[in-house]
Amino acid sequence: MASFAGGALPPDHVIVTALRAGDEAMFAALLDTWSRGMLRVARSYVSTDDSAEEVVQDTWLAVIGAIDDFEGRSSVRTWVYRILVNAAKKRGLRESRTLPWSALESDGGRGVDPSRFHGVDAGLPGSWKVPPAAWPTPENQALAAEARGIIAEALAELPPRQRIVITLRDVEGCTSEEVCDILDISPANQRVLLHRARSVVRDRLEGYFRSVMAAE
Amino acid sequence: MGTEGKAGSVVKRFTCGELVEVVTAYLDDALDEPGRAAVEDHLAGCADCGRYLDQYRATVRALADQPREQLSRPVRDRLTAAFKARRPSA
Repeated sequence: MASFAGGALPPDHVIVTALRAGDEAMFAALLDTWSRGMLRVARSYVSTDDSAEEVVQDTWLAVIGAIDDFEGRSSVRTWVYRILVNAAKKRGLRESRTLPWSALESDGGRGVDPSRFHGVDAGLPGSWKVPPAAWPTPENQALAAEARGIIAEALAELPPRQRIVITLRDVEGCTSEEVCDILDISPANQRVLLHRARSVVRDRLEGYFRSVMAAE
Repeated sequence: MGTEGKAGSVVKRFTCGELVEVVTAYLDDALDEPGRAAVEDHLAGCADCGRYLDQYRATVRALADQPREQLSRPVRDRLTAAFKARRPSA
């Protein structure tokens, strides 16, 4: 039986061989490592937490049923997430929730508010009018926990497509190639969504740290 | 300032407002060589953007630290049972 005390999963061929041989520890490790991201992504497509969990459950059942057919043309994680996204889309459709992936423009403009930079009439056009202030070092446990909460709030408020991309990339640690494969989007599209999402989260942290510093 | 004919010297320089919009492309190594050189040129002389980049990286690191979240017990049990019931192919 495999052991994953360090939290890192073994290479794909080991995972696939173990699953095919019925290795329960391996299955449990995948469940515990990937279900968080799967729940988060599913939630962006469907209307309730319960629906999201059902989508994740159906995905794992499909994975159990199809592991013998996995051909290794993508990573196991990409394969699992593609099943998830298809299931979530179908479910969202039934709930009359659809995410139009083509309408990129509706996700708002730039990553950083242009009013933070000097205009063309200034001595140095495009330079910081309001430079970023220093952040406290989050060695303080309470501060780190607060920041984690601020990030969770910021994620929840992002437009769904931005939330899905930043969740896969930064929360779950997928590569940009994996994200493009999972969502069938171009690298440029992926980057725009990720950039806007990260910029918003950084901005929220900045606001939070500013309020902390001001209170001290 | 000695330019020594480097490519960076003929590339359009980024303003701070432009630099913050290519940070993700820069971190993903998705800029072309002149673009990357222009970012690095700018960062070498701009402490504000250096701080911005540091905070951007810190944000990306912090995002990986979201709380663990698990499936509910009944669903997890159901899936574990379904996996056990599956006939190994080996």
